[in-house]
Amino acid sequence: MEGLRKEYPGVLAVEGVTFQVHQGEIFGLVGPNGAGKTTTMECIIGLRRPTAGTIRLLGYDPQRESLALRTRTGVQLQDSALPDRLRVREICDLFASFYPTPLNWHDLLAEMELDAKEKAFYSSLSGGQKQRLLIALALLPDPEVVFFDELTTGLDPQARRAMWDWLRKIRQRGKTVFLTTHFMEEAERLCDRVAILDGGRLIALDTPERLVEGLGAESCLSFEVDPSSLDPSQLDGLPGASRLEREGEQVRVFGQGETWVGEVVNALVTRRIRFRNLRTEQPTLEDVFLALTGRAMRE
Amino acid sequence: MRRKTLLSFWKLFRADALRYLREPIATFFSLLFAPMLLVLFGSIYGNQPTPLFQGRGTVDVSIPAYLGLVVASVALLSLPIGVASLREKGVLRRFRLTPLRPLTYFLADTLVYLLITILGGILLVSTGLAFFGVHLPSSLGSVFLGLLLGTSAFLALGYVLVGLVRTARTAQVVGMVVTYPLIFLSGAGIPLEIFPHGMQQFARFLPLNWLVTLVKGLWLGDSWGAHWLEVLLLVSLLAVCTILAVILFRWE
Repeated sequence: MEGLRKEYPGVLAVEGVTFQVHQGEIFGLVGPNGAGKTTTMECIIGLRRPTAGTIRLLGYDPQRESLALRTRTGVQLQDSALPDRLRVREICDLFASFYPTPLNWHDLLAEMELDAKEKAFYSSLSGGQKQRLLIALALLPDPEVVFFDELTTGLDPQARRAMWDWLRKIRQRGKTVFLTTHFMEEAERLCDRVAILDGGRLIALDTPERLVEGLGAESCLSFEVDPSSLDPSQLDGLPGASRLEREGEQVRVFGQGETWVGEVVNALVTRRIRFRNLRTEQPTLEDVFLALTGRAMRE
Repeated sequence: MRRKTLLSFWKLFRADALRYLREPIATFFSLLFAPMLLVLFGSIYGNQPTPLFQGRGTVDVSIPAYLGLVVASVALLSLPIGVASLREKGVLRRFRLTPLRPLTYFLADTLVYLLITILGGILLVSTGLAFFGVHLPSSLGSVFLGLLLGTSAFLALGYVLVGLVRTARTAQVVGMVVTYPLIFLSGAGIPLEIFPHGMQQFARFLPLNWLVTLVKGLWLGDSWGAHWLEVLLLVSLLAVCTILAVILFRWE
């Protein structure tokens, strides 16, 4: 996709967004609400006509060759639903009839742990079950690329984690996964590469690890000590640490890179310093967003 | 691909019909409302032959108007509300993301509403037979064809309404505002013959009266030739509304 631009009457939704998604990866479009994620995705799958820019999906023009694309892509959309008064198996049977070579939907439902719900009405499913049914429908055409829009919004943390496992399984089958999310943690844990959008512009594009590393931010190792049995000078000159803060029994050590935490812990052990509640805090994508925009994601 | 399209058509038809039949209130209104009104007004007027209707009973001559009521309430209320609510909830949007062709969807949807209308018509005529000994027309086939033409035109008009309104709620309001005057002036409930002359003249311009006049004529044994004007008007309505519906239709 190159130079995507989409204007609505009076509003510029997306401007100059360019990126490429590789085969077999989980690609995340990340940003706060209103950043233009859904608009971008809807342009890619051909639901909206871009004001300017070029989009190719599997080599097709989504506007002019949408029919060919529909059989090779699977989509789950944020504000799409299914008829309340239809049963799960009726819905699956219906959608299977739309595709030339659909997968066996009984297997898909079993895989999504929905096989016990085949006879249930769509309206009687829980939020997570509805999402899983929508995933099953997205996988039904045996697509090469699957799109998910805000898949885990509205799910509790446990269901969200389960959803991540499903997405990893989809990638294992060799599918390309394209998703949008406003959960930075989700993007960081799940995506191979992320594109961060803010105010309709692309502000970062890389793997989550490299984006975080690129920050050059320090990570922090914190622990508690017993002040009465500690000679403060014992904490001086810990290897790998760039600076140290101490407040009563709480000690916070800062450093950069990957190996320093181990070095510090080793030193604590050799110096026979007794510590409790050892924790590390790594910089996250959230910090990347903060550094790039000067604003926190959730305001 | 063609076999697949046919399969999609039947699956859609089946899903659509199931969805409709599982909505008890909608089903009740489109299938049982007209027979109930017929029983109500029929027991007020009776079906004694009267000179006003050239020796026919009041129920005999108003059956075509009640058939018009069935057509109008399915085509201008059930259909727009049903399609608009599917669109509002994003079901049509989900369909759009599949290789399903829009034409397949329209045809399946239209067939469902056509069959509901026919079922409603059969229920109505059966009620007339059972309660009032209505005289059946000599050519049921002609009446059926006339009704089919009129229903198709009104279903197309219903799809125009879908394109004009934004939500299912507005579809309901607009549908009622359009439908009730049409029904009131079609001769269902109150026979048109007892309306003032001016009202009768005005009613001739209403599309539902084209349908009712045609069906009534065919029911009473007129030839098609005697009603070429109504046929022409209904065919034009069908053509214009089909074009408008295609232009105005939105998936979301």
